[in-house]
Amino acid sequence: MTDATLPSPAPKPVSAATPEARAERLRAGLKRRYAREKRFKLYGLLAIGVAVGFLLLLLGRIIEQGHTAFYAHSVTVPVYMDPARVDRGYPQGTNFELLVAEQQLARFGVVDDAQGTKAGAMRSLFSSELKFVAAERIQRQPGLIGQTLPIAAPLSDDADLYYKGQISRAVPADQRRLSDQQLDWLDQMKASGQVTSHFNTALFTNGDSTEPELAGVLGAVVGSALMLMVTALIAIPLGVGAAVYLEEFAPKGRITDLIEVNINNLAAVPSIIYGLLGLTLFINWMHLPRASPIVGGLVLALMALPTIIIATRSSLKAVPPSIREAALAMGASKTQTVFQHTLPLAMPGVMTGSIISMAHALGETAPLLLIGMVSFIPGIPHSLGEPTGALPSLVYIWENASERAFHERTAAAIMVLLTFMIIMNAAAITLRRRFERRW
Amino acid sequence: MTWFFFLLLIVAATAAYLGGRGLARRREKAMPRGQSPHSRPGQHGAYALIWTAVPALVVLAAAAVFSAPLERSLTLAGAPEAVQQLEPFRRDAFFADAHNLAAGRPAMQIWPAPYAEELPRESRRVASIAQTLKLAGMAAAILAAILGALYVFSRIRPALRARNRVEGWIIGALMACSAVAVLTTVGIIAALLYDSTRFFASVPVVDFLFGTHWSPQTAIRADQVGSTGAFGALPLFAGTFLIMLIAMAVAAPVGLFSAIYLSEYAGPRFRAVVKPILEVLAGVPTVVYGFFAALTVGPAFRAFFNQIGAWLAGGPLDGLGQYLMLVQNQMALVAGAVMGIMLIPFVSSLSDDILNAVPQSLRDGSYAMGATKSETVKRVLLPAALPGVSGAMLLAMSRAIGETMIVAMAAGLAAKLTLNPLDTVTTVTVQIVNLLTGDQEFNSAKTLSAFGLGLTLFLVTLMLNVVAQRIVQKYRQQYD
Repeated sequence: MTDATLPSPAPKPVSAATPEARAERLRAGLKRRYAREKRFKLYGLLAIGVAVGFLLLLLGRIIEQGHTAFYAHSVTVPVYMDPARVDRGYPQGTNFELLVAEQQLARFGVVDDAQGTKAGAMRSLFSSELKFVAAERIQRQPGLIGQTLPIAAPLSDDADLYYKGQISRAVPADQRRLSDQQLDWLDQMKASGQVTSHFNTALFTNGDSTEPELAGVLGAVVGSALMLMVTALIAIPLGVGAAVYLEEFAPKGRITDLIEVNINNLAAVPSIIYGLLGLTLFINWMHLPRASPIVGGLVLALMALPTIIIATRSSLKAVPPSIREAALAMGASKTQTVFQHTLPLAMPGVMTGSIISMAHALGETAPLLLIGMVSFIPGIPHSLGEPTGALPSLVYIWENASERAFHERTAAAIMVLLTFMIIMNAAAITLRRRFERRW
Repeated sequence: MTWFFFLLLIVAATAAYLGGRGLARRREKAMPRGQSPHSRPGQHGAYALIWTAVPALVVLAAAAVFSAPLERSLTLAGAPEAVQQLEPFRRDAFFADAHNLAAGRPAMQIWPAPYAEELPRESRRVASIAQTLKLAGMAAAILAAILGALYVFSRIRPALRARNRVEGWIIGALMACSAVAVLTTVGIIAALLYDSTRFFASVPVVDFLFGTHWSPQTAIRADQVGSTGAFGALPLFAGTFLIMLIAMAVAAPVGLFSAIYLSEYAGPRFRAVVKPILEVLAGVPTVVYGFFAALTVGPAFRAFFNQIGAWLAGGPLDGLGQYLMLVQNQMALVAGAVMGIMLIPFVSSLSDDILNAVPQSLRDGSYAMGATKSETVKRVLLPAALPGVSGAMLLAMSRAIGETMIVAMAAGLAAKLTLNPLDTVTTVTVQIVNLLTGDQEFNSAKTLSAFGLGLTLFLVTLMLNVVAQRIVQKYRQQYD
């Protein structure tokens, strides 16, 4: 398109006769043109400012929403293990939460009504974890029944949110999840030193849970790791192999061109289509277990394959032909040349491309939803065949959860996800900086 | 069991390698002076390894492919009368539950009288069939490995062209790798076509493409041909199109202008800072954008429009004010705007490449004529780069159409035929997720319609991609 130069302007009739007037008009025009130039440049800066500003806003909002999830409040209450209530043979059957709530009410000097509504209100401030902590204690040492023990357990999600300042007294009582009375109790508990704030280890050591104060990302992290392992083991060898064939061995012709077009298209197919493929191929036809890391890994591998092929091909292309010619001249066969000279030299580029595509696979969500990772899956997976969650699908599930305490945890899960992605990208960049060779 | 078997296979392959190498060495030593073998001992070893491992792997792969249909027909053949007479969908569900019981999982549904009694017995039977098939596959694999090893060890001699044969195998393996890429496309098309044809058997294509009413929630069974009005996908196409337009309205100018600034104005240091930032923006998972859209942008936009509505209400534009006061979080504008931001780095990096491909001589010519930088960009660079840039825009559109998470989290589920950006709309991708993530029977028209949507989505994005890549490639060749 070399003919697309300035449209040749029609010579304008020069009306002003004097050279001064012409110069004056030119100067005025120049001023206008420079102003236009400045504006244009400003638009460009503005566009970049929008992109960068948005990134900052995004990260800032996520940190703002998520940082509170990293600490949590626990309560340590002295519990009188009432022999009349605690069953020695079956401590799990005891309603410890109610027991604690009633004793707590007595401590605050509150008299309950006949229906026990106040004990119920008090009880809802504790996490259900309290019951398991107390039951385990008694099960281990049944002799403790009849004594008063300090029991430490997390507070319920709403109580935790109140201490974090996310439930305010200023809001009318019918619009918040805690009544005035419950807030008073929480204040009293805090004042009496029963409440401690600490690092939220549950977030990193637990699997998913329906109760926000017990929900953690570990199950999803392990699930994502298993999935990425499958993806890497399948996609990287296949992708590198395909790229080596197409770049070094394939006869240049129509079929190779067709394969190339095909690979470029595969790289641009919407990810949800891969989810449909995975659902039909791996689950309905091959009967692999739903929501398992093996299916997730296979789907992500198919998605990552074209990216890895493209990256590998371009780094093979960058190896100068002189290397190949030298090897061939020394009597190496074509295969030996590729595997002993060309591919090792292209390896930094291959690894960088592979890591970046793995990072993309880690953040991919839509196909995982279709293969069943949208359902609630508690616990931590141990094998490739059992249902599991993944970090991005956990973000989606928690975002849809109705409990408000899941909001901050969603942001925290995003921070965990982004941390992993940043680590992977940093590794790729370091690799590139370290081993990149310019020929 | 499976792991142990694979371990055994690896040990056998290693043994074959070592054995082949040793044998070749001994034969080489026994050769008369002055003669040399064709290939190195290690290449003989590799040849032996290939002939041991590959037959076993081929048999295993064949077993994996053919055992499923074989298992199906065996289970069906031996099933009791009552189960055989179930309709196919119910029968599949029955056997799925039999498998569940055999694996120690609870059954998915409660079965009525004749089937409930059969279930435990059937579960034992299907488990034994599966076990037998698995063992048979492994035995066949071991046999294949032994036969392969016998063959190859009978052939190792100094004159064997082991290197060429090994290389032939390697090239074959590499070809197989690139065949996977082709097979993926075939698989996508086969999977989409298989389930879509079943869907289109109950809902005519024309009703699907041009119908204006979408409500798959009313459970319509595949055999009820009468009530097909609920699968008109036009509102979904309209919603997808609307959100794509909004996204492009954000991404196209911002992306293009940042590319222009980066390639024409920015110094190397500015580029070194900004380019990685754009890469980070491109690397943020879409689910994160979705979270941001749903919990930050949505409420902010809603508050903004409600405020304007409150301000307008009672004035001359009272109707508009009343409408704006009722705007909800989930609107097309939110999803579209956030998606546009997501596409900025994509548009920007593609356009950057394309602008850089314009030869410097064009710029120099323009500067020599006295044009300013912006005049050069507007009158020389952009016209020259127009095909490339439009290709980039088409690629961005295809991504906007196929994007799922942002719309799933921020756009809503109401299928409305509207072009109002403040309304809640739904898209093709949202409906696919919605249709396939509930707990429902797989073979209903409702779930199958997701594949009809998927096929449409695939074809549209494929068309956009092919055209765009053609344009970009043609454009690149022009300046090569």
